[in-house]
Amino acid sequence: MIDLLFATLANLLTVQHMGFMVVGVALGLVIGVLPGVGGIAGLSLLLPFLYGMDETSALAMLIGLLAIVPTADTFTSILMGIPGSSASQATVLDGFPLARQGQAARALSAAFAASLIGGLFGALILTFSVLIAAPIILSFGSAELFMLTLFGLSMVGVLSGANILKGVASASLGLAFGLVGASPATSEPRMDFNALYLIDGIPLVTVALGIFALPEVLDLLRSGGSISQGAPLGRGWFTGVRDTLKNFWLTIRCSGIGALIGAIPGIGGSVVDWIAYGHVVQTAKDKSQFGKGDIRGVIAPESANNATQGGALLPTLLFGIPGSGSMAIFLAAMILLGLQPGPGMAKENLGTTYTIIWSLAIANVIGTAMCIALAPGIARLTAVRYPLIAPFMIMVICFAAFQATRDLYDLVALLVMGLVGIFMRRFGWSRPAFLIGFVLALGGERYLYQAVQFYGWDFLTRPLVLVIGAITVVSLWAGLRRPVGGGKQIETEGPADVAHARVLWPQMAFCLVLLGGFAFTFQQGLQVSFLARIFPVAVGIVGGLATLIILVQQARGPIAAGNANFDSEANATDGGPWRYLAWFVGFIGVVALIGFFAALIAFFIAFLRIVARASWPLTLALTAAAATLMLVMSHMLTLVFPGGVLQAYFDLPWPFR
Amino acid sequence: MNSFDNAGRLGRRGLLQGAAALGGGALLPGAAQAQDFAGRTIEYVIPFAEAGGSDVWARFMAPYISKHLPGRPNVIVRNVPGGGSITGTNSFFQRARPDGLSFIGTSGSTQFPYLLGDPRVRYDYTKMIPFLVSPTGGVVYVPKSLGITGARDIAKLRDRELIYGSQGATSLDLVPMLAFLLLGLNVRFVFGMRGRGEARLALMRGEITIDYQTSAAYLTQVVPMVQSGDVVPLFSWGQLDEAGNVERDPTFPDLPHFVEAFEMVNGQKPSGVQFDAYMAFFGSGFAAQKPALLPPNTPANIVAVYRKALIDAVADPELQAAKGDILGEYRQAVGDRIGRLYEVATTIQPAARDWVRNYLTTTHNVRF
Repeated sequence: MIDLLFATLANLLTVQHMGFMVVGVALGLVIGVLPGVGGIAGLSLLLPFLYGMDETSALAMLIGLLAIVPTADTFTSILMGIPGSSASQATVLDGFPLARQGQAARALSAAFAASLIGGLFGALILTFSVLIAAPIILSFGSAELFMLTLFGLSMVGVLSGANILKGVASASLGLAFGLVGASPATSEPRMDFNALYLIDGIPLVTVALGIFALPEVLDLLRSGGSISQGAPLGRGWFTGVRDTLKNFWLTIRCSGIGALIGAIPGIGGSVVDWIAYGHVVQTAKDKSQFGKGDIRGVIAPESANNATQGGALLPTLLFGIPGSGSMAIFLAAMILLGLQPGPGMAKENLGTTYTIIWSLAIANVIGTAMCIALAPGIARLTAVRYPLIAPFMIMVICFAAFQATRDLYDLVALLVMGLVGIFMRRFGWSRPAFLIGFVLALGGERYLYQAVQFYGWDFLTRPLVLVIGAITVVSLWAGLRRPVGGGKQIETEGPADVAHARVLWPQMAFCLVLLGGFAFTFQQGLQVSFLARIFPVAVGIVGGLATLIILVQQARGPIAAGNANFDSEANATDGGPWRYLAWFVGFIGVVALIGFFAALIAFFIAFLRIVARASWPLTLALTAAAATLMLVMSHMLTLVFPGGVLQAYFDLPWPFR
Repeated sequence: MNSFDNAGRLGRRGLLQGAAALGGGALLPGAAQAQDFAGRTIEYVIPFAEAGGSDVWARFMAPYISKHLPGRPNVIVRNVPGGGSITGTNSFFQRARPDGLSFIGTSGSTQFPYLLGDPRVRYDYTKMIPFLVSPTGGVVYVPKSLGITGARDIAKLRDRELIYGSQGATSLDLVPMLAFLLLGLNVRFVFGMRGRGEARLALMRGEITIDYQTSAAYLTQVVPMVQSGDVVPLFSWGQLDEAGNVERDPTFPDLPHFVEAFEMVNGQKPSGVQFDAYMAFFGSGFAAQKPALLPPNTPANIVAVYRKALIDAVADPELQAAKGDILGEYRQAVGDRIGRLYEVATTIQPAARDWVRNYLTTTHNVRF
């Protein structure tokens, strides 16, 4: 085994193989930096080039890309407050406040150091566990997976912000959105309005970007100026690394969580960062700075999401069962290379497995070095006037969103989720809790149904189920207990004390809309057969009750409502985000008329001239840069942009068709 | 919305033409020079997302189709996912131009809603023109602990409840559902599996007691379990010959196919409306799972060019050497072999359709 380990390393360390790895890493860096565009799109870019490549070069390139994405996606999470991919949503919570305090450099270097440790840890775990992991993976059946989704949901206790009821209602709302489409138990459609688009459910990328990114872009536009608010970029590059080393034990714990969750197929990488974040909050003595810029809130998710890749390779290689979306594409790539994953990957094909592991380790090192080299330049973006950056952000968010089905509906879904996000943010409803609910909805329903089918309700007495149940209870307790001395809960949606409103009707109207939504969920649940009914009905009842209590509290008046009263617009004088939202709505409207590419050019010119008041040369230069970026990306992905009315009547040449 | 027209796309040339079109408002002529595709880009539309069986199949075939079409055009795979492949296929059927510059590769999950008469389906397989049909296969197996040794003992399973992990009543798992019904087995279907791999793991855990795997996964994942004595293969789905009869799977020549297994159990050949339904879905889901199709009304000369190209591509020694598990041992249907195979996979007798719809509605609450 040791001989083979070093023989594969020697084979990998040739100019050609390393060259391909650097290509993969470089591409992964670009992909990771673009918000919302993650490993799935990146690996899809590489698929057409696999034809005729030798195995080691191809694996080095693919793994190079996979390894760097969860490191590079940190850039937008920290610098822009926009999740770079589904793996680094939690990094936003503390990373972005740090950037706004002018500590972007420190946050980034801490994140990169944590990513590196996490990535290497994942590779190390993979090296040893590939020989013994099969029985461990097999021990997680539907019953255990259901308990793991409950464990994930228990993080809502930590992430619900000042008002726990709002957290529960937010998570229920996320669950309700997650249930849209075909039920996993019976394939019956629910809450789909008979739209074919909704039958596969709302895409996660669209939800994450709508909930987090769009409100952030609008808010930054309102505040004017630059992201770093004129503060110096900060020189804390070494401080950040020191922060990570000081929290080395935390880094290792979170890496372990990441590798374990990644290795269990079915939970998926998109909750790992939240679980790691919840873990650090639960175990921290001083929780007062979380959500406002605690460096540990950056270190925890970043070490976990890199370690996930090593873990997720286990079920992919041993059972051919991808642990995440990007692993599904990696699996397809392996088959195209003539490699069939299976038990042989730990026996006669162990050499291939070791090539993958070495690639993972080396790519993490190269990738981290590249990120550190690029960071000062990229961090300078936070000093640029935001109206110049905003159109790029809107363009990339739209581009990421329409990766899902390449249709105008993707943009409409983005807008709808954006509206939900704007109001949740405004009224202090936890968006992390929403996202956790959304991600776990279908899994929770699927595994509960399967567990009951396989074991009856006795599944609750299986040993591993009891263990996970106990951990969940401890996690809930750790999340809900108030720190000694009357400390505060972490505030994921901003400080509650400055958001007391005197006029409550906007909040109450939002509650009423949500109540209507939960009633609809409940009613839709009753429409379907019993097995598909349990979840929507339960979500409708729990979410509805929580919302109702909040509504009653708010009805008692601004002071008596306590922390149920939260309106970050309470003292706003600029008329809210609507002016900028109108730009976004207008953009989508124009897309519906003349198609994405032409609309994009028009939007850029109009926005840069009118909102950013840029000069003509700058406007044209930025527009040309944006158009070029879109053309290159879509050409490589062989995309046709969403079309509009114009395209329905006329055959236009690409890229306008 | 998305047009599948291909005129003047890609690269600098496409950009220049785009600029010209913007400036002068001119629309490019769409018709291609039929026989020679030199310098053109041809779109291989896949109504599924990247990764997954159809995408891998298309990406494997694309370079060989390119190589054998006159003028060696650039063949690119365009994924148009959504709506369980109905969206992309509807769009292709309604908008693709019959100029030979785009074709579509569908799969069993596209054929099934068509056969079942799903109202969301707008495409018509009788109007699209096939030039390649790729078969696939699979093997049904059970844990050794059930105490049987092969297809001969299937009758012994009738007095107990078996459990099968399914991806949905109207998914490809409809074929095993109909097969088990014909064999008189009492099978409980647990839905919500997201791939055959999850079902296989559930069988390894002892949660389910009957399963099938497609050939490639069977060879790498299940054969080791057969060798270690943990599971027993029962039968393969089999293949269709030129006349539309079921024959043994070339990957598993020693295993009986489903019809043989039925005869072993019942002493006679299967027949009747249930078997008619089974044959349509078996053909559509396995024996002729992946057809590559040109749009309706494609001129005969373009069809002929494509058919010839695929005959050459499939005979290409390079393809034969590289096909591995992607195409497996299955004989790719090209040229004259397409006709009967395609017909079995895309037609169903009205009585059989009504019976399946009724069965799915009453037993699994499927609404049409």
